[in-house]
Amino acid sequence: MNFYAIRAIYLFELARTWRTLLQSIATPVISTSLYFVVFGSAIGSSMTEVHGVSYGAFIVPGLIMLALLTESISNASFGIYMPKYSGTIYEVLSAPVSYLEILIGYVGAAATKSIILGLVILVTARLFVDFEILHPLWMLALLVLTAVTFSLFGFIIGVWADGWEKLQVVPALIVTPLTFLGGSFYSISMLPPLWQTVTLFNPVVYLISAFRWSFYGVSDVNVVLSLGMIFGFLLLCILTVGWIFKTGYRLKS
Amino acid sequence: MTAYVLQTQGLSKAFGGLRAVSDISLSVAPCEVHAIIGPNGAGKTTLISIICGIVNPGTGRVLVDGQDIIKDYRAARSKIGLVPQELVSEGFETVWATVKFSRGLFGKKPDPAYLERVLRDLSLWDKRDAKIIELSGGMKRRVMIAKALSHEPQILFLDEPTAGVDVELRRDMWNMVRGLRARGVTIILTTHYIEEAEEMADRVGVISQGEIILVEDKQALMHKLGKKQLTLQLQQPLASIPAELAGHPLELADDGHALVFTFDAQREHTGIAELLKDLAQRGIDFKDLQSSQSSLEEIFVSLVSGR
Repeated sequence: MNFYAIRAIYLFELARTWRTLLQSIATPVISTSLYFVVFGSAIGSSMTEVHGVSYGAFIVPGLIMLALLTESISNASFGIYMPKYSGTIYEVLSAPVSYLEILIGYVGAAATKSIILGLVILVTARLFVDFEILHPLWMLALLVLTAVTFSLFGFIIGVWADGWEKLQVVPALIVTPLTFLGGSFYSISMLPPLWQTVTLFNPVVYLISAFRWSFYGVSDVNVVLSLGMIFGFLLLCILTVGWIFKTGYRLKS
Repeated sequence: MTAYVLQTQGLSKAFGGLRAVSDISLSVAPCEVHAIIGPNGAGKTTLISIICGIVNPGTGRVLVDGQDIIKDYRAARSKIGLVPQELVSEGFETVWATVKFSRGLFGKKPDPAYLERVLRDLSLWDKRDAKIIELSGGMKRRVMIAKALSHEPQILFLDEPTAGVDVELRRDMWNMVRGLRARGVTIILTTHYIEEAEEMADRVGVISQGEIILVEDKQALMHKLGKKQLTLQLQQPLASIPAELAGHPLELADDGHALVFTFDAQREHTGIAELLKDLAQRGIDFKDLQSSQSSLEEIFVSLVSGR
């Protein structure tokens, strides 16, 4: 294992976060805070509890997931796309590093940034609403698992993208709508029966449901099924990344 | 160390229907400065990219110090440093950060003292905290070299190292190449500046249309393929070459004011003495004479255009 290489990629990527602190951390925190103000305080004050949890507290896991998913994808896709775009990818491709080491470096850094952001949002949320975390270890495990899985997904998008537009299109047109429609702001039991069934085809529902369970012990979907879905998606991402590295898809001629 | 620090065996690569490199077999000895010259699009960069692992080879094999670049890629790649043709960099990083990154990427433990020496040698030490985007083109080129040298490679690939750089930097770079060779680094450079190959290379490989058409010691190449010419500046111009001198390989130049005699310098009898005697007999006086040898550029043009 080339640990120096992993460390170099990891620290180089993290350095970008510190350099762009406003964009990397402050912006998502501010936008999440606005969600709390609008949904939690303004709208939430006129809503009853959901599954025995105040509405303001109910949306906390969903909002963390929303930021976690978006930032994991954004960080990882940008991390690998940028050297492709600038041409500096030549150095990574010509270095004595395995694909696994490259992946650990880039995905590890992207996931780390997202986890830090998730925790910052968690602390920020505590300033707006009162809540307690019923299963803190599960919460952390799910946070890490989701960050890694969606960083892998972001890595795939970054490799696939051959322009800035493509880099934005999947997060903006697919991930964000799925997150909004995945129960971030409501319980799917609040939907009409037909839409409840349709919503179950949205993979983000399982993430938010499991994550909310770790907070309050309530979930829309069985937790084991949710974990199965998350691991299934993780496996799919791993297989895709494996194929990318085997074929050199959009990395090597 | 093996007899050759780099060997390619039957290396071919096609992009779609286009054969970029074809059946290239090349051997480079340790501490050699090997120039690969060829026109644009000849396959120089593709060849380097395959050796360095950036492009997958089609067929053939590459050995770096006896190690296969596919099977033993870690060992092979750790010995190679590459300065690509394009000026590419993470513009918002500092010089120090990017050079440190390169060293780590190649699996070397941090060594600030070594990196400082590299930066000082390349006149970059004062710029270590500057963002790359703030540097001039020449300085960026130096950063690229510093990155390639950061992991102490045995072989350094310079892909068109002086393309678009000023005379001063070009001279600096040539001096740097000589210094590296003196320290035991093998240099492989591609260029279409023949002057560069003539100045620095020990051996020259000529590539055209993806094929190596010749690999030769530079001096031997110039000796073997180079023409030597004697030019006589005449006192009185000639309208044509006199029939009595038809036996000599002569041409009129400079509107009849000069006679150019082409000869083979390797032969025992070059024919110069006979020519001078014949000219004296026919009263053709000359006021000056000079001899010249064809440059590598002329040899290169004749090789490539002859295909």
